[in-house]
Amino acid sequence: MLQFEAWKKTLVILVAALGIIYAAPNLLPVEREGGGILPGQKINLGLDLQGGSHLLLRVDMDAVVEERLESVAETIRQEFRGRKIRFSGLDVRNAQVRVRLRDTGDTAEARTVFEEFSRFVDIVDEGGEFRIEYNEPGLAALQTSTLEQSIEIIRRRIDPDGTKEPVIQRQGADRILVQLPGVDDPEEIKRLLGRTAKLTFQLVDTSITGVEAKTRGRVPPGTVLLPSDSDDGEYFVVEKRVMVSGELLETAQASFDQNNQPAVSFTLNAEGAKKFGRVTGANIGRPFAIVLDGKVVSAPTIQSQIFGNGQITGSFTVAETNELSLILRAGALPAPLIVMEERSIGPGLGADSVAAGQVAAIVGLVLVIIYMILSYGFFGVLANIALAVNITLILGTLSFIQATLTLPGIAGIVLTMGMAVDANVLVFERIREELRRGRNVMAAIEGGYQRAISTIIDSNLTTLFAALFLYGFGSGPIRGFAVTLAIGIITSLFTAVMVTRMLIIIWLERKRPRELVL
Amino acid sequence: MRLKLVPSETKIDFLKLRLSALGFSGLLVAASIAMFTIIGLNLGIDFRGGILIEARNTEGPAEIGGLRSDLDDLGLGDISLQSFGSETDILVRVQRQDGDEKAQIAAIELITKTLGADYDVRRTEFVGPTVGAELAEKGILAVICSLAAIMVYIWFRFEWQFSIAAILALAHDVLTTIGLFALTSFEFNLATVAAILTIAGYSINDTVVVFDRVRENLRRYKSYEQPAILNMSLNETLSRTVMTSVTTMLALLAIVLFGGAVLRDFALAMMWGVLIGTYSSIFVAVGMLAFFDLKKNLDEDEDPGVMREEG
Repeated sequence: MLQFEAWKKTLVILVAALGIIYAAPNLLPVEREGGGILPGQKINLGLDLQGGSHLLLRVDMDAVVEERLESVAETIRQEFRGRKIRFSGLDVRNAQVRVRLRDTGDTAEARTVFEEFSRFVDIVDEGGEFRIEYNEPGLAALQTSTLEQSIEIIRRRIDPDGTKEPVIQRQGADRILVQLPGVDDPEEIKRLLGRTAKLTFQLVDTSITGVEAKTRGRVPPGTVLLPSDSDDGEYFVVEKRVMVSGELLETAQASFDQNNQPAVSFTLNAEGAKKFGRVTGANIGRPFAIVLDGKVVSAPTIQSQIFGNGQITGSFTVAETNELSLILRAGALPAPLIVMEERSIGPGLGADSVAAGQVAAIVGLVLVIIYMILSYGFFGVLANIALAVNITLILGTLSFIQATLTLPGIAGIVLTMGMAVDANVLVFERIREELRRGRNVMAAIEGGYQRAISTIIDSNLTTLFAALFLYGFGSGPIRGFAVTLAIGIITSLFTAVMVTRMLIIIWLERKRPRELVL
Repeated sequence: MRLKLVPSETKIDFLKLRLSALGFSGLLVAASIAMFTIIGLNLGIDFRGGILIEARNTEGPAEIGGLRSDLDDLGLGDISLQSFGSETDILVRVQRQDGDEKAQIAAIELITKTLGADYDVRRTEFVGPTVGAELAEKGILAVICSLAAIMVYIWFRFEWQFSIAAILALAHDVLTTIGLFALTSFEFNLATVAAILTIAGYSINDTVVVFDRVRENLRRYKSYEQPAILNMSLNETLSRTVMTSVTTMLALLAIVLFGGAVLRDFALAMMWGVLIGTYSSIFVAVGMLAFFDLKKNLDEDEDPGVMREEG
């Protein structure tokens, strides 16, 4: 006699109820904000469905290493001078600091200078010529601190109000993944992240004009030739020494100058204001260059001593001053970011995809339902009930584990509808065979289930393997497909083995049919 | 009255068709490899690197001709422009630009500007050369690893002969699918890899169902000849095979018709996969199985747990 134990019935009802409860928020039209009667949340839509930007960025570590080694070289220069160690050929090349001692008798003394950096660099002595480069732990520590700092700055730039729920994650040694939902203009994000925004104030050397220096190819010692920011081919000879830098900014705001041109107003903090006051007080009448990422934005002449407040003017649009002030408020990136991969979906396309996915799912479902009823009659209806439970369970599971539903994920659900009925088909075909062998209804159904079960498990497990590998090696949307496929396989196993079986047994107990046409 | 695509009891001699089917499959695989080597795959930006932009003309139908000459004037190299899904939508594909990643980002801005205000950019995808190479590597690994895992699983659940037959059938499906992509110049991208793996999953599912029946019948009908058992197993599972193929096809058809342009290629590839997977489980998997002496093996490892009460 076929049995379906009470605990199994309870389990089926419990699981189905949980499925309905967790799937329900997706079917209710109203946006709920927690605290409702239902415990679950809506399914997490992927960027391809809700619109948004996915950016894989690489932090230019070479630039950071270069910069750090420059500062190491500078320290060495000052220390050596202070200790009267004579040296030559101090420079930074190929991620190495090189310096040659004129007198190898100074080696011990030089080593005490190097001692300061020995935690993070390797020092090779080649007979008086030293090569200093980052060692592995030093490089790893530098990578970690640079990436953490970059992530923080990125967050402040793209989500200044903390309302957009971006994903910003470190990936591997030098990469950062940024996923920002609901973006109207992906180009804007790239502009926001596209500059490091190192802001410095440096005095202009007026002994020679920029154009002269450019043609001569030489600048006075202690100065550097910088291009203008506005692509007008102008150059400035600027003192290397940074008088005030962007870290001392208190805030920055988009504003307008006295000619009503868009500008950025800034306020320096106390330390910055003191420095700024000292420099401007001592250099009235000299042009003072405002340098952003190695380009001179403007070089106004100092009219009077200025303390905490100033204005950056240039040929800006209002949008540009808004972006620039945001970037300056957020702070400078420790290194340039390079976009390695971008996938941006507009909100319109996302909504269209959801709509198309829903239509495809409903049409697919209806087609399968009709075909199952045509093929198996009443048992087809039972299989369809199981299919409905199955879809509810897939949606409920997706909501419960807060997996991300992507467009390929929707395809996965629709595909599962077609494949989910397979377990039932296997059983029903077996029952048909048993009936054909002349068995009575009970025995045929019992035998059908008994024989089909190992096939069902074998065949589903192999598909599950494919899904797991898709998840393991896939990325983004493809993972979404793997997730729905895997969930679909597991729930369809459950519904075929438990739900349809329960329904059939209940039917058998009520009707006690002598005959079964299948 | 029931809809039955396959009569209740069939007695088709599948094994008689085996050699011609295997010959046909061999030709198909050889042709696929030839297509792949000669024509090659139309690799999407996922693997090759490059830029893809989908845009919609908000003012009416897209003017492909005018846009094409405008875009060609940009001098960004090989640009493909096609309508996508509807007459207002276009898809622009641009080859990887010379130079570093910055050059690519500049190209995106240039194209967006050229499209002008009438066009609403709905999707921008850019894959740099490094990431493209990594994605390709991952894709190949995914396919190889899942094939290996499936083979080991079949080996574990059945005897080694089944495992070999199954993996040959799978390789057949994967290779001919790749051949089809080479022949049709359909874009081969990440979604295609997903489709291939799903095809592998579907095909092996089908094969396992048939193999399960073969094993069961081998144990149950000890006096029968092996070819008779194989034929019987195929006939017994035929109705189920067709049934499941049809339901899956119906679901895929819904995606092709209503799921939107992005999913269409994926679903089409899957439909091909269902066809070839169903064919290969019958003719390639069982066809190969016929070359082995399965009964000898069965005698050696007798499983006393199997039901054997009737004939």
